[in-house]
Amino acid sequence: MASQLNKKPLALSLFSTGFIVIWLILAAFPFIWTLWGSFKVELDFFSKADWTNALTGARTTVEYGSPFTGAGYHGAWVQEEFWRSVINTAIVCFFTVTISLTLGTLGGYALSRSGFKYVFWLLIAALIFRAMPPITLVSGYLLQFFNWNVWGILPTTIIVLVAINQPFTLWMLHSFFQKIPKELDESAIVDGCTRFQAFRYVIIPVMWPGVITTGLFSFLLAYNDFAVTTLLLAEENRTMVPAIAAFMGTTQTEGNVMFAVAAVVSATAPLFVLVMFFQRQIVSGLTAGAVKG
Amino acid sequence: MRHSTFFWFFLPTGLAMLLFIAFPIVSVISQSVFTPHEAVFVESENCGPFGCTTETTIDQDATAALREAKPLGQFVGLQIYLDRGHLATSEVAAAWRSTDSMGAFFKTINNLPFYRAMGFTLTYTFTVTPLLIILGFAIAVAVNSLHRHLKGLVIFFSLLPMIVTPLIGSLILFWMVDSRGVLGNFLQWMADDPDLSLKASTGLTWIMLIVYGVWHSAPFAFVVFYAGLQTLPQDTLESSRIDGATRWQQIRYVVIPHIMPLVTFVALIQIMDNFRVLEPIIGFNAEAHARSLSWIILNDLNGETQLLSSAATTSVLTILGVSILLSPVLVRTWRDFNSKA
Amino acid sequence: MGIMKNLMAATALATISASAALACDISARVNIVGNEFPAIQTVGAGAQECSGGEVKTNLTADHQKINLAGMQGNPAEYTSAIVANSSIVNLMNEDVIRPLDDLVAKHGADLKKNQLITINGKIMAVAFMANAQHLVYRKDVLEKIGMDAPATYEDMLAAAAKIREMGIMENPIGGAYKAGWNLAQEFNNMYIGAGGKFFKDGSAEASINNAQGVAALNMMKSLSEYMNPDFLTHDSNATNAEYRAGNVALMNMWGSRAATLTDADGVSQEVKDGMAIAGPMTVAGGSTPATTLWWDGWTVAKNISDAEAEATFIALTHAIRPEMLNDKTSTEAVWLIDGYTPTPAATGVFAAAQSGSVPYPMLPYQGLLHTALGAELSDFMQGKESAEQALADAEAAYTAAAKESGFLK
Repeated sequence: MASQLNKKPLALSLFSTGFIVIWLILAAFPFIWTLWGSFKVELDFFSKADWTNALTGARTTVEYGSPFTGAGYHGAWVQEEFWRSVINTAIVCFFTVTISLTLGTLGGYALSRSGFKYVFWLLIAALIFRAMPPITLVSGYLLQFFNWNVWGILPTTIIVLVAINQPFTLWMLHSFFQKIPKELDESAIVDGCTRFQAFRYVIIPVMWPGVITTGLFSFLLAYNDFAVTTLLLAEENRTMVPAIAAFMGTTQTEGNVMFAVAAVVSATAPLFVLVMFFQRQIVSGLTAGAVKG
Repeated sequence: MRHSTFFWFFLPTGLAMLLFIAFPIVSVISQSVFTPHEAVFVESENCGPFGCTTETTIDQDATAALREAKPLGQFVGLQIYLDRGHLATSEVAAAWRSTDSMGAFFKTINNLPFYRAMGFTLTYTFTVTPLLIILGFAIAVAVNSLHRHLKGLVIFFSLLPMIVTPLIGSLILFWMVDSRGVLGNFLQWMADDPDLSLKASTGLTWIMLIVYGVWHSAPFAFVVFYAGLQTLPQDTLESSRIDGATRWQQIRYVVIPHIMPLVTFVALIQIMDNFRVLEPIIGFNAEAHARSLSWIILNDLNGETQLLSSAATTSVLTILGVSILLSPVLVRTWRDFNSKA
Repeated sequence: MGIMKNLMAATALATISASAALACDISARVNIVGNEFPAIQTVGAGAQECSGGEVKTNLTADHQKINLAGMQGNPAEYTSAIVANSSIVNLMNEDVIRPLDDLVAKHGADLKKNQLITINGKIMAVAFMANAQHLVYRKDVLEKIGMDAPATYEDMLAAAAKIREMGIMENPIGGAYKAGWNLAQEFNNMYIGAGGKFFKDGSAEASINNAQGVAALNMMKSLSEYMNPDFLTHDSNATNAEYRAGNVALMNMWGSRAATLTDADGVSQEVKDGMAIAGPMTVAGGSTPATTLWWDGWTVAKNISDAEAEATFIALTHAIRPEMLNDKTSTEAVWLIDGYTPTPAATGVFAAAQSGSVPYPMLPYQGLLHTALGAELSDFMQGKESAEQALADAEAAYTAAAKESGFLK
């Protein structure tokens, strides 16, 4: 696809590369700093005395005889059994993404293929729904959930996350569906498919880029959520983020910040694999979609 | 599409939103016009490990009778909307009468919690949103021109600001910008001021929050724009090149119009998210310098005694605020919708 | 994570007092919600030793956000909430906890009289531990400047000035002055120490905009001159971290934090050896120490069956029986349980109780004033407005909140 005409002048290409490098440093530096610091003791990582301690590990050396220690990881994974939260997060993320996308593609498709006025008002209503601050929503659920005896369990949290995320999913998928020519499914219907078959066999295959991008955001929402999970999950069902928050302590009690730091680093590792895996899908899927469109 | 087909396609998502968002919104609105009953107090002697004291407590039997009669509480109309914690109409009117210059008037207004929060919320929304759109677009264009083997890695690292749990992400950044942290030291060296502290000054705290906001949300704009760039009509681009369009002209007249709907979408979502800004304020412990509407809600809900009506009122005001901010976009969507239909 | 830990703690305890563990038989479900710190974990684990009915615990830092909703249903999800003197008020206001007089008469023979929290003649909670803020200092640093541990905040200022002057530390005072709950708590301490009264007698009308209020704020402002310039972002965790790093020599800190203050990895020997504890200080010539006393205790829900209430009472009484005290649990808190011998870390809290400190008020509307103070005082601390203005703002914010809640007309 790179034609001769598209060849960049050297200056522009240098500028573009330089920009990317600066952005990558900005984006990744805090994380790399955390990764490095997660092998130190707290007094080094949050070095109140001299910031270079975070690099050299002065207090870590005094304590453990080497500038690196896996104490944070040991504490988080073995002592505090962080893996339970990891499993819970995996369950919550998997079901939230699957259900969100199923409901969202059905609804988004319908919205993009119907020309009636109510479609506009539904989209606006979804937008207004999204404007509601989540903390108010969640504290409003509490009493009902306790009454129905469904508080504290994973399915409740999953359904709430799906519902809260529906407006966003709908809007995003709606705009992706609009890009797909109507002739595609309409000709399938003319050929004798039902609306659902047209959706299932004609639209879904060309929808992957949109679905994957939307799925990525649904995933990140479920993965990073604090407001919902912290109030709706019982202690034994905690996902990673509230578990990490619990490592940090409260006014009257001591936390263990290094457990939290180690947990954050280890929580990011599976994501690395996931994004590396899905970026191929995104890139190839998107290009394929472009050719067809 | 027929109404009945539409109905079945839309039912699951509609039901989820109705149950978990629409009904709670109705209950929040009703909560904002009702308050708890007037408490009936009794003097009582309370004893504990540290001796006895005479204190006021609530007469449960009398209060229970009141609750029984009117379970929703007392209807107060818009009283909560107009009290000092929200629109503060009488305080604003008093300030208008008693101050003799606009400066003094605004200073008094800025001392009222709602208007102070509004000041920060609007500043934050209208600096962060355009900046993150520009940054996200620039990254998308730059990444798009990379070699395809590099793309995966670059996409992952570009997503990091969004991936790392905001709770911990802001804690770590909060430490890094401390006057003894690595970024804080770097900034002191840059500014040649060894006493510079971002956390002790209101102006610098605002800048810090805004920079964090852009940094955290730019990946979102980047991913959406990047996906949009993949569907660029290559033939239009090609023909514009043949017509001798410069690179800038290609971007200006081909790429930007093509992704304009996505820009609208990102702006829509981000204006809404930024208007509800909360996590950075908590993460950066910036309550002393910057408060947002969402922070007021959290503060009402987090006290030993929850102020449910007040939190409900601020939530309704937030929805109204978002609606007003988004109205230009909505009008535009309405026109697009009508021209299409 | 909690279950395994609780189980392990439970087994450990069970082996220590096997005979007592056998004594706990219950016949209905028990479900406890409470904060998550170690002492409460121990109590939760103690309750779980009981057999005959299911005992569940949900110990989390967010307990206060869920305990009310979890006790309002009928039947209530939680049969017991572990609360402090500030947070029991909320449960009392909403009438979700039951009087314990009959249960105490029937099963509470082992409880001490001073453990029983009596409100309006009815026992509403059973306290098991105490807490207070008091002075934590560095004796090596004070030796260097030739001063004793300060007994008043004025002495603290003098000591801080000397330390800074001698170049030992730049910001020798630490304090949890983070805008919000912490800052308001420091004001409460100082205002009580200065002899102030929060409300007009017999009414819910706040009266803090007075000479004592101004004196309290001015003292806080003077102290902040010797604190890290970012003090408005420092909660007690951050303040402790400063102390561990050796940047702070004097601070008013929670007694519950004293035992583990220098335990963290990497604390230098100098800080470990130099750490010392004293009672709370007074201020402005007052005789009441500028601090508040706190208790933590358990309650029993109202909207549950009598059998569940009885089971809850038995299980929790079992959890705080004198035999639960051992070398490990003794350091976790200042227990109010019979037979507790204070550890060195507990001396500050004991000194606070003995020197005439007052408990944090259990008023229905105290929490609202606390929130209002937390939001409105930070402008004064930054020098953006006068003390009088800040106090007037706090009063106005409180009045709006109290009107909404039905405490004021």
